[in-house]
Amino acid sequence: MPDITLSRPVPVTTEAPLIRGLLIGVALIFVALFLFAPLVTVFVEALRQGWVAALDALRLPDALAAIRMTLTIAAIAVPINAAFGIAAAWAITKFDFPSKAFLITLIDLPFSVSPVVAGLMLVLLFGANSTLGGWLIANDMPIVFAFPGILLATLFVTFPFVARELIPVMIEQGRAEEEAALTLGASGWRIFFTVTLPNIRWALLYGVLLCNARAMGEFGAVAVVSGKIRGETATMPTMVEMFYNEYLSVAAFTLAAVLAMLALLTLLLKSLLEWRHADLLAATRRH
Amino acid sequence: MRVGILRSPSPLPGFGLSFGIMTAILSIVVLLPIGALLGRGLMIGPADLWDMLNSRRIWSALTLSFSAALIASLFNLVFGLMLAWVLVRYRFWGRRFIDAAVDLPFALPTAVAGIALTALYAPNGVFGQALAPFGLQVAYTEVGIWVALVFIGLPFVVRTVQPVIEELERDLEEVSATLGARRAYTLRRVILPTLTPALLTGFALALARSVGEYGSVIFIAGNIPNITEIAPLLIVIRLEEYNYDAAAAIGIAMLVISFAMLLVINAIQTWSRRRIGLA
Repeated sequence: MPDITLSRPVPVTTEAPLIRGLLIGVALIFVALFLFAPLVTVFVEALRQGWVAALDALRLPDALAAIRMTLTIAAIAVPINAAFGIAAAWAITKFDFPSKAFLITLIDLPFSVSPVVAGLMLVLLFGANSTLGGWLIANDMPIVFAFPGILLATLFVTFPFVARELIPVMIEQGRAEEEAALTLGASGWRIFFTVTLPNIRWALLYGVLLCNARAMGEFGAVAVVSGKIRGETATMPTMVEMFYNEYLSVAAFTLAAVLAMLALLTLLLKSLLEWRHADLLAATRRH
Repeated sequence: MRVGILRSPSPLPGFGLSFGIMTAILSIVVLLPIGALLGRGLMIGPADLWDMLNSRRIWSALTLSFSAALIASLFNLVFGLMLAWVLVRYRFWGRRFIDAAVDLPFALPTAVAGIALTALYAPNGVFGQALAPFGLQVAYTEVGIWVALVFIGLPFVVRTVQPVIEELERDLEEVSATLGARRAYTLRRVILPTLTPALLTGFALALARSVGEYGSVIFIAGNIPNITEIAPLLIVIRLEEYNYDAAAAIGIAMLVISFAMLLVINAIQTWSRRRIGLA
């Protein structure tokens, strides 16, 4: 009998070790240069003159007003978009009506419109030079260069986040559980709160998280509609720009660092959701 | 979608309420504003729109916005694919950390990215100083715009391709290898065609985002008319001059070109899906 020696299997579904190492190396360098370097720079520039200077910058009245404005906008815009997302997902996934695909395209539309163009649209609709805008201003309800304009701009740019997270999840889950609850005599709201909501809560949280990050960070659309009036309509990102243009580098980067910390917190929570509840998120998010 | 289930009328309650809330918010937030822009365009009329757009400064801005977005998205197509492949297929220290970090451009406000990139690449910045001996200037040139758009667009490609790589069937690669194909041939003829539709989707998303990008670009671009002035900035300038018609004209031009571009990408996508039998 010939002696059969099994050699170690040669992996055929991966690259040679040298190429693997090279690709990992290039990927790491790329991420370090393009992603980490800008992030680190924000904190380095903020602390250029020490902690005290940075913290003093955050106590500037303009900075405080901007922080208050951004928090208020997010606190209103995010719940509205969450309500929209839930309503849209319920209507689209639980019922049949024509031109659903078109409706989904409309919901996704804000993602392919430049934020500046979004701001422009609001100025054209509600600005002093339009009929509607003129009437609103005459009745002391200005929208452009005022709070409602910033809110509408924020709603526009964050519009699809919750809906596009919920729709695939709810399509996947089907209607059987809700229909079972219905035959057991549950009311519509009871079905939603005891059957649907527990099924979609992680996906909803995920959408809300992304929506909130964008709501707090939006710059282009808000810059156009807000008029960037310091202390009145300036948000954190627009205040960063104003400080930067006035060569108040530490103030600009400190406010930017606060936003960067919010972004890091968002990423942390998002990763936790992806690791813990991957099976309850939309399929494209599973990795 | 499971058509069989969708055909039977739904017994569930709440259609009126949910459909009502959806259409009301959709109309106020999205449809009315878009209608206002298109309506403005109709009021101006095609001939006057064309006259307003037909200036060197506007053409330069539009060309710059679209060409820089195209260059950055092509760059992201290559590096995004590589990054996604490395993250799915290889195991190395810090992989999860890198995976989470890919979404940084989604989470970081664009203005923050803009001033950070400018601080890095400005002549007195860390990267700016390192590149100066080679005669390379990034900040305040078109290259700076590319850098900002690469930052903004990267996650779109990675996040669209990554799940598809995860679901690739290794059997196919084994079959290809047993049939005598070398690894490079398998990658090119078996794996790449399967990834093409997702790559195109990611490319289209990155492109759509970069064309209209404003916050991260204006700080690093230098904003010299005809040279490094992007189209969204020109809209902002026209609005600050209260020249609403001119701003609307540029806005409409951007919408139309973006829409045409997405149509072309969609067509290529349908074609590539059909080629691998997904259609």
